Amino acid sequence: MKEFNGKVMFLDRADINTDEIIPARYLTEITKEALKPYLLEDLILPGFNAQADVKKNNVVVTRANFGCGSSREHAPWALEVNDINIVIAESFARIFKQNMFNCGMMAVELSADALDRIFKKFANNETTVTTDMDKMTLRFATADEEEVFPFEISGFNRALVEADGWVGYADSKY
Amino acid sequence: MGKTIAEKIFDSHRVDNPFGDIHVINLDAVFCHEITTPVAINDLVARDMDRVFDPTKIKAVIDHVTPAKDSKTAMQGKIIRDWANRHNIKDFFDIGENGVCHALFPEKGFVRPGYTVIMGDSHTCTHGAFGAFAAGVGTTDLEVGILKGVCAFQYPESIKISVNGTLPQGVYAKDVILAIIGKLGVNGATNKVIEFTGNVIDAMSMESRMTLCNMAVEAGGTSGICAPDMVTVDYLWKFISDEFSSKEVALEKYLEFSADPDATYAQVIEIDAATLVPVTTFGYKPDQVRPVSEMSSEKVDQVYIGSCTNGRIEDLRIAAQILDGKRIKEGVRGVVSPASPAIYSQALEEGIIKIFMDAGFCVTNPTCGACLGMSNGVLAAGEVCASTTNRNFSGRMGKGGMVHLMSPASAAATALTGTITNSTLYRAGEK
Repeated sequence: MKEFNGKVMFLDRADINTDEIIPARYLTEITKEALKPYLLEDLILPGFNAQADVKKNNVVVTRANFGCGSSREHAPWALEVNDINIVIAESFARIFKQNMFNCGMMAVELSADALDRIFKKFANNETTVTTDMDKMTLRFATADEEEVFPFEISGFNRALVEADGWVGYADSKY
Repeated sequence: MGKTIAEKIFDSHRVDNPFGDIHVINLDAVFCHEITTPVAINDLVARDMDRVFDPTKIKAVIDHVTPAKDSKTAMQGKIIRDWANRHNIKDFFDIGENGVCHALFPEKGFVRPGYTVIMGDSHTCTHGAFGAFAAGVGTTDLEVGILKGVCAFQYPESIKISVNGTLPQGVYAKDVILAIIGKLGVNGATNKVIEFTGNVIDAMSMESRMTLCNMAVEAGGTSGICAPDMVTVDYLWKFISDEFSSKEVALEKYLEFSADPDATYAQVIEIDAATLVPVTTFGYKPDQVRPVSEMSSEKVDQVYIGSCTNGRIEDLRIAAQILDGKRIKEGVRGVVSPASPAIYSQALEEGIIKIFMDAGFCVTNPTCGACLGMSNGVLAAGEVCASTTNRNFSGRMGKGGMVHLMSPASAAATALTGTITNSTLYRAGEK
């Protein structure tokens, strides 16, 4: 199973699409590793600097409909090769979400209220997330504060995370 | 309890129901192109699992960048070409026979009512126009599809969109779907199938139905679906005439995959066709939709007619009617890409290519290229393109470019004036 802990990159906008996560001009790459320098290159957000922010963080926290648009699995791969294995959002586009779990990564949904709280309380400070897969909780912590949020994922997606992806799971079953 | 089209297809294809609402279904077709398939192929090779579940059910094409533009795209082509050869995949389309997958595969008769189809391409939802469940997936789902012929989905709820009445002049399938996306929002149909119905859809050609279903994913939809009818049978007849004694018998069989009158929908939306107008997008999201008439001050640098949304013969005919005998505005670059060799050839025969060329358009070979900023019409930063494609995301057709999505009619009229223009200002035959 992959690691789902680390420092948080806050992306405070809904509908961040796959072209923003990894632009189509890099889809000519045929290895995941080659995508590493280009993650979120076309995302324009106040205060966001793709180069610096991607390097130091391992968790993405964002708003609704993250990963909409293209089916490109290059989007989760570009996260994965940058050691980002978990995205926490209000909701995801279907294909992106399945791609994450198919790669043994986590796309975790929290309520809009919970995310409002998280953004208000943590977004302005250096924050780490610790994921407890047994208790199904996310612990957000800064130097002075912490708060624990319960989460749910489907039994199927949990099985994919535990099997480190869909290829191994499907090959053993079908 | 009655069922939707998608529910009937799922219930006839289920192989497992491992968890809650997750259903593993078998696949009638797995489509592949050179952008998302090579990584799956390499992974299968690395796992020592370089097999395919059924070479006759796998269809492959090189379409996104063709002919190859550099060493990297040449290698992507080589990987899928070698793979198709070693697995005896007969339906592989390379240079000279290749075109945009969602235009090429339907015209080869690869999609039938009731089919389940996946592809590593979000616009796979296009094929729902044939009464099929067709969904875009990522490379891992594609890889398992290639290997095992199955895919897992959440059992799909459907949204029924009923369009009735008469479309006003200058309003086409593209305007209908943009209006619907504007209403639903970019995640209004997430995890759901959009079932299109109503007398406007009944009267549409297969080409127009494909335009509608193509953009279901822009509202987050898993697949678009139109119920099979005689229009579907007529389109498919040359491929299925051996299987059925008459078109009526074929239709009767396919009507198994129509929705029951008491089917349950997550949402039902009624649209009065008479209220629709030609529309275009104004921002970086496909749900940011506005009447063309309100965008008339927007200047464009390029007009692009093509893609899996609007690069079919019907689209080229409509644009050519408007362009016939006229020249595009000086300073505007016109690019047209017929979406398949058959469409290109038909357009040549009908004199459509000459009309485009006389008007000042560059005619490219069939390819996805410009739509996603990979080749054949990439924008420079600060440039604006009126485009018949499906995505206006920031950077989509080139970093720093702006894309306004619209119908082929509006795009052709815009090419003539250099600013976003309603096609009804250029009625067919008027010079």
